[in-house]
Amino acid sequence: MSFELPDLPYAYDALAPYMSSETLEFHHDKHHQAYVTKGNELLAGSGLEGKSLEEIVKASFGSNAPLFNNAGQHYNHIHFWKWMKKNGGGTSLPGAIASAIDSDLGGYDKFRADFIAAGMGQFGSGWAWLAVKDGKLAIMKTPNGENPLVHGAVPVLGCDVWEHSYYIDYRNARPKYLEAFVDNMVNWDYVLELYEAATK
Amino acid sequence: MAPRRVRGAVCLAVVASLARSLSVGFASPGRRGVAASLASGLAGLLSVESTRAYDLPDLPYAYDALEPSIDKVTMEFHHDKHHLTYVTNINKALEGKTQPALVDLQKTAIKDGAAFRNSGGGAYNHNFFWLEMAPTGKGGKPSEKLGSAIDDSFGSMDDFKATFEAAGAPGARFGSGWVWLVVTDDKKLAITSTPNQDNPLMEGVEGTPGIPILGCDVWEHAYYLKYQYRRPDYIKAWWDVVNWDQVSAWYEDALGGKAPTADSTTSAASLIGARKTSANLNLKLGFEANARYGS
Ligand SMILES: [Fe+2]
Ligand SMILES: [Fe+2]
Repeated sequence: MSFELPDLPYAYDALAPYMSSETLEFHHDKHHQAYVTKGNELLAGSGLEGKSLEEIVKASFGSNAPLFNNAGQHYNHIHFWKWMKKNGGGTSLPGAIASAIDSDLGGYDKFRADFIAAGMGQFGSGWAWLAVKDGKLAIMKTPNGENPLVHGAVPVLGCDVWEHSYYIDYRNARPKYLEAFVDNMVNWDYVLELYEAATK
Repeated sequence: MAPRRVRGAVCLAVVASLARSLSVGFASPGRRGVAASLASGLAGLLSVESTRAYDLPDLPYAYDALEPSIDKVTMEFHHDKHHLTYVTNINKALEGKTQPALVDLQKTAIKDGAAFRNSGGGAYNHNFFWLEMAPTGKGGKPSEKLGSAIDDSFGSMDDFKATFEAAGAPGARFGSGWVWLVVTDDKKLAITSTPNQDNPLMEGVEGTPGIPILGCDVWEHAYYLKYQYRRPDYIKAWWDVVNWDQVSAWYEDALGGKAPTADSTTSAASLIGARKTSANLNLKLGFEANARYGS
């Protein structure tokens, strides 16, 4: 199957003021679109045509860097849009996620601090993750287009810390962006959906 | 941070005047040797003194001087925030320890760990970046020697630029990093790119190692406010603000095996960075170019 750019699941201004419509327009319409376009060019003749996106991401990792970069970013961004919503974030998490965070990550406050620290600790471009590894939640970080799929885990929440994701709204203040992501944007219902699929 | 600069400058003035007065009028190699050992001895004292923090150098031009290629707000954030963070963090990592010239941190930075590689690299790379740019129309052009080396290596200036731009394109340097023109060990020019704040001086670096004489920052923070996703447009516009006079001077140094100290905009600071090479002292202090001094 070839890659396709999904529509945003909300209006471009839905996440303002935490993420502006200007940021979403460039990020979705230009950056994500470029990953889709380049990914399709690179997929042709790669021997991976017809595979699922997850399969392409895993199979190209370490063997076809250009394809991996674009396929990985396509996967990451498809989910990134769904990991956010208007009036998201905060501390009222679905019960199953809240208790998994308590038991696996030492509680919400520690999760919040560790997730933000992961995003801060990813030097350069990359992602901060909440993932399911060996049946448990874990905080991870990856550079550039990588994601937990290629490190034996399943991502259930990810925050894009490429500068393009926050430079218009936060400039160099990556911590402020990460705080706003966790406190005001996370769509915990979608996190729950992925968590249940990854642990069933 | 200021005391290092001030003390350094005072000492250097002494070194310079002593060295000049000793060298003037003496033609014999022996006399020159005396002047040189005195100069390098004093320079050695400077290195003992250099345990102070690295400075964030001022921009050598106004924040809006690179318009329209690079906008004022980008320069403000890039210099005042991003560069400052790298300088602050490498200073933290070296707190209480001897701080050698920034350029001397680069070789072993990857092995020395994240603070050296990321913050030490970022501090050096940005020092270098500000110096290798000049206000639009003020950057001169490549020296004849550099120009013909570019023609020999890449076909023409246009071919060189196209190859450099391709190396910095998002598909080639995916994510954050730099594109460089380097002088390799065998004195050849090469284009390479490095991830994040790595540079070609670092042992074990991705790409072609060498002495950088030109580098383009392709982190998104370098261009996002004006160019957003259009990185290729940024690199194309950046050519208009390259300081070819500086790049040509660095090319000369690189042919002699010397990496840009990129320490600051003042000659005093570049002398501090160069204290280990008598050949460079030689150049800076106006000694006869063919004189040889032991180091
Ligand atoms: Fe992104
Ligand atoms: Fe930069």
